[in-house]
Amino acid sequence: MAGAVAARLGAPNSGSATRFEANLATRDLPWVKYAVLGLGLAYFALFLLLPLIAVFVEAFRKGWNAYIAALTEPDALSAIRLTLLAAAISVPLNLIFGVAAAWSIAKFDFPGKHLLITFIDLPFSVSPVVAGLIYVLIFGAQGWIGPWLSAHDIKVIFAVPGIVLATIFVTFPFVARELIPLMQAQGRDEEEAAVTLGASGLQTFWRVTLPNIKWALLYGVILCNARAMGEFGAVSVVSGHIRGETNTMPLHVEILYNEYQFAAAFAVASLLALLALVTLAVKTYIEWRASQVAPEEKTS
Amino acid sequence: MAYAHARRVLPGFGLSLGFTLAYLSLIVLIPLSAVFIKSAGMGWQAFLDAATGPRVVASYKLSFGTSLLAAAINVVFGLLLAWGLVRYTFPGKKLVDALIDLPFALPTAVAGIALTAIYAKNGWVGQLFEPFGIKIAFTPIGILIALIFIGLPFIVRTVQPILEDLDAEFEEAAASLGATRLQTFRRVVFPTLLPALLTGFALAFARAVGEYGSVIFIAGNIPFVSEITPLMIITKLEQYDYEGATAVASVMLIVSFLLLLVINGLQAWTSRRTGREA
Repeated sequence: MAGAVAARLGAPNSGSATRFEANLATRDLPWVKYAVLGLGLAYFALFLLLPLIAVFVEAFRKGWNAYIAALTEPDALSAIRLTLLAAAISVPLNLIFGVAAAWSIAKFDFPGKHLLITFIDLPFSVSPVVAGLIYVLIFGAQGWIGPWLSAHDIKVIFAVPGIVLATIFVTFPFVARELIPLMQAQGRDEEEAAVTLGASGLQTFWRVTLPNIKWALLYGVILCNARAMGEFGAVSVVSGHIRGETNTMPLHVEILYNEYQFAAAFAVASLLALLALVTLAVKTYIEWRASQVAPEEKTS
Repeated sequence: MAYAHARRVLPGFGLSLGFTLAYLSLIVLIPLSAVFIKSAGMGWQAFLDAATGPRVVASYKLSFGTSLLAAAINVVFGLLLAWGLVRYTFPGKKLVDALIDLPFALPTAVAGIALTAIYAKNGWVGQLFEPFGIKIAFTPIGILIALIFIGLPFIVRTVQPILEDLDAEFEEAAASLGATRLQTFRRVVFPTLLPALLTGFALAFARAVGEYGSVIFIAGNIPFVSEITPLMIITKLEQYDYEGATAVASVMLIVSFLLLLVINGLQAWTSRRTGREA
């Protein structure tokens, strides 16, 4: 059961390579091995590693002082604040949604469940630009409730609420899609036992369900957060690019870049790249934890 | 079903499902339906004119063409990488494995400006091609590079678990029956991997068609040459042509829904072929 979790998380099975390399039937000739590794790793270096290195090299091209200056100027600080705010609203909301969706789907039977799961995944297959557009069609000046909003002096599009909404949309499925398959695989026996023994619903969730799903939950949250802070396309459509007001970090990077302030653009970009690296590190740690827990639970 | 209802002991069904449906409708379903309702209100001729104008059609060809090519290239090299990560030991393997997901975690705008810096004519890689008169950044080749970047993890991460689960027994049987390694790969291993490879291809293609952030910096955005479809939506919006933007968006949404169906079918095929939950 928990083994499925580890495999789903894509945990590298440590020592699996030696399993294949020790077996005569699955061992490749040395030249095949070096050709496969050579080509694969060259491709990896060219398309993934090089861009990552370039971000940091370009960021420090004009030295440490210029780097700090680019990060501490007022527009950059306001972009950082807005990015943190958008993530601080969208991640908890999608976390609550993810838990509620997974609880209803995994713990109960009802018709249309498969369709519901497909709908939850929908934002992943929609282009970010379309994700921004849909809110313009509803809240924009010519949108469904645009006239009502402007009559009451409420701004959604080209303002912070629009940015938050677009961010919620693009990060919508992250927590739910980690929790649903895991909680479905775990079944209902433990929770039903707890309730039968007199635990309240909340007690059951805190003491039984949460410990079982905590790593998948964290996994979903960090991926959700990375996307929330890094979203560009959807936010770009609804933001209006007002400096110091509706610029998030990725939009600030774009503006600096288009003004040929390359070192400053890459300085802000390097913060986002750092966030990506931390995200990957936490993700790798969680996968490692899941692969460690799996064998223990199998024997118990 | 009636039996399950009868023995429903756990609390919170109404609350959790009610919240799920309300939140899903408010954030996703109602806003998405706005695209189709607005399109339907345009009238067929106006819709067709907006969705099939020559500049828009050129963007479809470019977006779909480069997305297909990028996904195809990624299938080949993604399989090599997944094979290397599962079957061999090499120094730095854990680091490579962790960094494969970089395109999922790195904001697209950051990837976009970094790729542009590398592949521009004075960049690390671009200057190697400059003497031969080959321009990468600000041409469709640049778009291809960006789409390769964002698509790679889809292939590796769908093929890798299937490769890990693959029992050595089948290859042992093939070897003991006198098959060469190449025959074993072609006849035994590859057919098992095929559904996963196609799933990865479809996922990478679906993502690439809608991709915006990593592409616009490197594309050059020249009308009829290097304008991708998502950019057409932005361009029309900036000209306050909401109907035109919506028409193009509805074409993209329909393509997304069709791809979603294809991907669901492929995932079902993968789990039937390998006995593994996709």
